[in-house]
Amino acid sequence: MAEPLLAIRGLTKSFGGLRATDGVDLDVLEGETRAIIGPNGAGKTTLIGQLAGDLRPDAGAIRFAGRDVTRLGTPVRSRLGLARSFQITSIFRNFSALDNVALAVQAHSGHSFRFWRPAHAERALREPARAVLESVGLGARADVLAANLAHGEQRQLEIAMALAAKPRLLLLDEPVAGMGLEESQRMVRFLGAFKGRVTIVLVEHDMDVVFSLADRISVMVYGRIIATGTPEEVRGNEQVRKAYLGEDAALAC
Amino acid sequence: MGSPTRVVVLGLGLLLLAGVPPAAAVFNQPFYVDLFRRVMIFAIAALSLDLILGYGGMVSFGHAAYLGVGAYAVGVLMHHGIHNGFVQWTLAVVASTLVALAIGAVSIRTSGVYFIMITLAFTQMLYYLGISVEEYGGDDGMRLATRSQFPGLMDLKNPTVFYYLVLGVLLMFLYIGHRLVNARFGMVIRAAKSNEPRARAIGFSLYRYKLTAFAIAGAMCGVAGALLVNQTEYLTPEFMHWTRSGEIMFMVILGGMGTLVGPIIGAAVFLLLEDVLSAWTVHWQIILGPFLILVVLFAKRGLFGLLPGAASRNG
Amino acid sequence: MTLFLVLEQGLNGLQFGVMLFLMAAGLTLVFGIMNLVNLAHGSLYMVGAYLATMFVQLTGAFVLAVVLALAGTLLVGVVVELVALRTLYERDHLDQVLATFGLILFFNELIAILWGRAALYSSLPAWLSGHIQVLPGVRYPVYRALVILVGLAVAALLWVVVSRTRLGMLIRAGASNRTMVAALGVNIRLLYTVVFGFGAALAGLAGLMAGPIYAVQPGMGEQILIQVFVVIVIGGIGSIRGALVGSVIVGMVDTLGRAFLKPMLATFLSPSAADTAGPALASMLIYMLMAAVLAFRPQGLFPARGI
Repeated sequence: MAEPLLAIRGLTKSFGGLRATDGVDLDVLEGETRAIIGPNGAGKTTLIGQLAGDLRPDAGAIRFAGRDVTRLGTPVRSRLGLARSFQITSIFRNFSALDNVALAVQAHSGHSFRFWRPAHAERALREPARAVLESVGLGARADVLAANLAHGEQRQLEIAMALAAKPRLLLLDEPVAGMGLEESQRMVRFLGAFKGRVTIVLVEHDMDVVFSLADRISVMVYGRIIATGTPEEVRGNEQVRKAYLGEDAALAC
Repeated sequence: MGSPTRVVVLGLGLLLLAGVPPAAAVFNQPFYVDLFRRVMIFAIAALSLDLILGYGGMVSFGHAAYLGVGAYAVGVLMHHGIHNGFVQWTLAVVASTLVALAIGAVSIRTSGVYFIMITLAFTQMLYYLGISVEEYGGDDGMRLATRSQFPGLMDLKNPTVFYYLVLGVLLMFLYIGHRLVNARFGMVIRAAKSNEPRARAIGFSLYRYKLTAFAIAGAMCGVAGALLVNQTEYLTPEFMHWTRSGEIMFMVILGGMGTLVGPIIGAAVFLLLEDVLSAWTVHWQIILGPFLILVVLFAKRGLFGLLPGAASRNG
Repeated sequence: MTLFLVLEQGLNGLQFGVMLFLMAAGLTLVFGIMNLVNLAHGSLYMVGAYLATMFVQLTGAFVLAVVLALAGTLLVGVVVELVALRTLYERDHLDQVLATFGLILFFNELIAILWGRAALYSSLPAWLSGHIQVLPGVRYPVYRALVILVGLAVAALLWVVVSRTRLGMLIRAGASNRTMVAALGVNIRLLYTVVFGFGAALAGLAGLMAGPIYAVQPGMGEQILIQVFVVIVIGGIGSIRGALVGSVIVGMVDTLGRAFLKPMLATFLSPSAADTAGPALASMLIYMLMAAVLAFRPQGLFPARGI
């Protein structure tokens, strides 16, 4: 079997006395869509933080695209093809939607030690940015100030910024958080269109989204992965039921 | 800059500045040439700070350091018999760039409260260094033998010639700043101010860009320092005193930060106000203090910032 | 360079360090808990010094003057907090820096109007003017020894309050996670005022003790303030322990540097070179130390908040 695109071994991070991630092992194959679920406090946010490069693990290793990225900072990981969206919308609020995406394109188009030519005039930045905005459905809103976009549109902008970098791995932290039913379904359809072409790792609480999108699901409890498998396998797993799904009334099916 | 109102205001302002020497000659008030030249010199310093503060969000409370380094580069060379302006001013730029790189290298790895304190501390260090070197006047400072010489090119002793030189430098830096903030480099700096974690997450290694911006701002302020010491014909460590940093920062805020033109207006208003108030009472700072507080609390966008601007104005 | 000289300068370094600590403790708590950059902290130091000098002249009784000066500074601090600083807690650091800078200008000028710009010197009562034998053959000014003792006593008191009382617990919690403390339903406004008042009193104490040793003049607060910043950067924001360690280090390095760097340089440089380089380097020493610490630990030695 080919080397996994993302391989995590023994990832451990403690805060004071609390072991947020406790020896996490995870393999994500290229082209796979993997959902990570678990109750609040399971350590998912800490895991994402370490994958993205915000947090330094106390122990363990992360391999991405064949490289050990454990000690590399966030910007470098991004340039290697690991794009992320944030749980709490994090965009450049005082720039237009197009500017936001153009910045993401710029970060992956060589260096930015260009001091003279206006960035707005660089078609190599503007056109791909416009194309990505169109693809997420924000084409008409390109010139709107990001702060003035509706919440759902801002989440879409987040995804657009992640996609603009033509990533190999998309790390999505609760992509439909705060979205209404229709918006969520639109987002799921949209993300579904990328399945297979981009590897996706998503953390999500909304089980409908998880079961629609995920090829495989990893269940995290108390900092450890207790099960990994297809949605059916996970649904049927006794341990998982007890620890997590059992409590969830929405899953009484 | 964008909107028509702002461009008109800028244009009028520059015309006004250009017209000062002839007007002063007509009304026989040469003092105003001196005053407005001083305004423009501080406008250059404030503009350089705006690059990193208004556009980059870097609250550097140590910008006066570069004013001092530029001034001392000229003053020290002058003291040792080197009067050539090209040599002096080149050293001013080189020295302030190097000092900015040194201070920036250490400070930019920190942020928030630490950054403010550290930049302030390093400026004070340079001030104490200036005081302790008796050779160049210590804390009394020293008189310059003459103004920088540009043989065959221009005579800075001529107040009008010097005035238009300063105006020219101001215009040049204004234009350079304008290109800078809209180029790729400027976009990174502005993104860092807007949302630093986001800028990192999309792939910008910010340290190198911030350090470069810091160095550019330091170099520009070094030029202002060279001009300042020529203006006063007196070299003093007071140029580097931390209160000077505060004044320059005030000028940026007063005029409107993140606009490049705002700092020019801020410098003008601040220095003219200082001129008027100090004629009125020697304790004018007791008015300036609360005025500053009020501006910060209620008029954060500054004077230029109050004018209708382009919708996508950032900063 | 006799042993006596080294000991004497060492004690001076400790005395300076203790005063830095009094300033740093209040300031670091205000930074850590209220996330407020307060440049006007030095002004409270100055107010303490001026009030003490004034009350000594008015009453002639040193101890009474000290008590009055302390109370006066505390009052000024609380008034400033209620009137001017409350609005700044929610603002960003730039606003805080500029607004407190405005306060500095105001206070310096106010003092200059009331007392003029010339330096005042406070006199010491007779019972504090002598020397004592700290070690066989080593004499040290009584007053400076007293300053050291008072400073250490305050440090001990602070340690007790911070680690043993409920208030101290709130302070430690607030320094490491401000929002959490607010969420726990603690009266944040009151806590802030208390912490600020505490800091103001400590600054006032440092100021009134400084009077007889250093010059009392407008702007004296800022000179020491910047050194206090160095202490806090080295020690770590929000941490009393960091403030203590940082103060002692900075106090020692600065004092010993100023005393001994020139003679040390003179052993291998020409006298005139040492004459210039000595004082110049000595004045830069603590900043270079700060840069060195930052290179290895950008958060300082004992930061209150984890990385």
